[in-house]
Amino acid sequence: MAATSSGTATVTLPTDEQILVTREFDAPRHLVWKAWTTPELVRRWWHANRGEMTICDIDLRVGGGWRYVMVTPGGLEVGFHGEYREIVPNERLVSTEVYEGIPDAEEHAALDTLTLAEVDGRTILRVLVEHRTREGRDLHIDSGMEDGMQDALDLLELAAVSLV
Amino acid sequence: MARAATTADVFNAVAEPRRRQILDVLARGERPVNGVVAELGLGQPQVSKHLRVLREVGAVDVRTEGRQRLYRLNGHALKPIHDWVRDYERTWSKRFEALDVVLGELQPKEAGDGSDE
Repeated sequence: MAATSSGTATVTLPTDEQILVTREFDAPRHLVWKAWTTPELVRRWWHANRGEMTICDIDLRVGGGWRYVMVTPGGLEVGFHGEYREIVPNERLVSTEVYEGIPDAEEHAALDTLTLAEVDGRTILRVLVEHRTREGRDLHIDSGMEDGMQDALDLLELAAVSLV
Repeated sequence: MARAATTADVFNAVAEPRRRQILDVLARGERPVNGVVAELGLGQPQVSKHLRVLREVGAVDVRTEGRQRLYRLNGHALKPIHDWVRDYERTWSKRFEALDVVLGELQPKEAGDGSDE
């Protein structure tokens, strides 16, 4: 993995039910934690430049809930929610995650574990997404496909606008 | 991406953990069946069965040399899996690029007013 702040996320599938996302940041971990758990800050990055976050609720306590909703320029609403299970400030955050865009969403809830490790002022971030079934894991990855499609549409729109 | 619900699908072929182990072994180089058997400590009938499935989806190629049949990984056949995950990866990459910007702004602010830790 490239040790640059603008490096890409590395996604691996350690088992049939898991997705592991890894990325290094040029910032100490308490700031990454802050950006990850403060609604005003999450609103600025979670949308991945593919839409606007209309809801960003974070009730950061064990048993507390979270919900993120984004609306793409095409009007597609993408929502996720879950419940916090374990909170170790600056280090570890365990929560459930439900992708609202699929049938039987609650049944396909995943367990997400964020871990932050700091090395020389830089942070190695890992998000382990654990599903109960391979099908759930696959649906989760497919949720990125919608984004990918939207991405293509956005680019198309940009290209069209530039022709005006 | 629509995925065919057939066993002759590379996604299904690599869904079995043993078959992924076999691919890992072959990724390190061409091997006869016995080479795979020795490295994984599995039974030969089991390895042969898995190799057959992997061959059917094109994930593994085989050639004959003398009396041996040598198996090797065909990475090209695994491309659909790579492509499938790549879009998910791209979402996270974009998300993290935006997070980089937020973090970049938090740092000087913190150094300036010392309000955070």
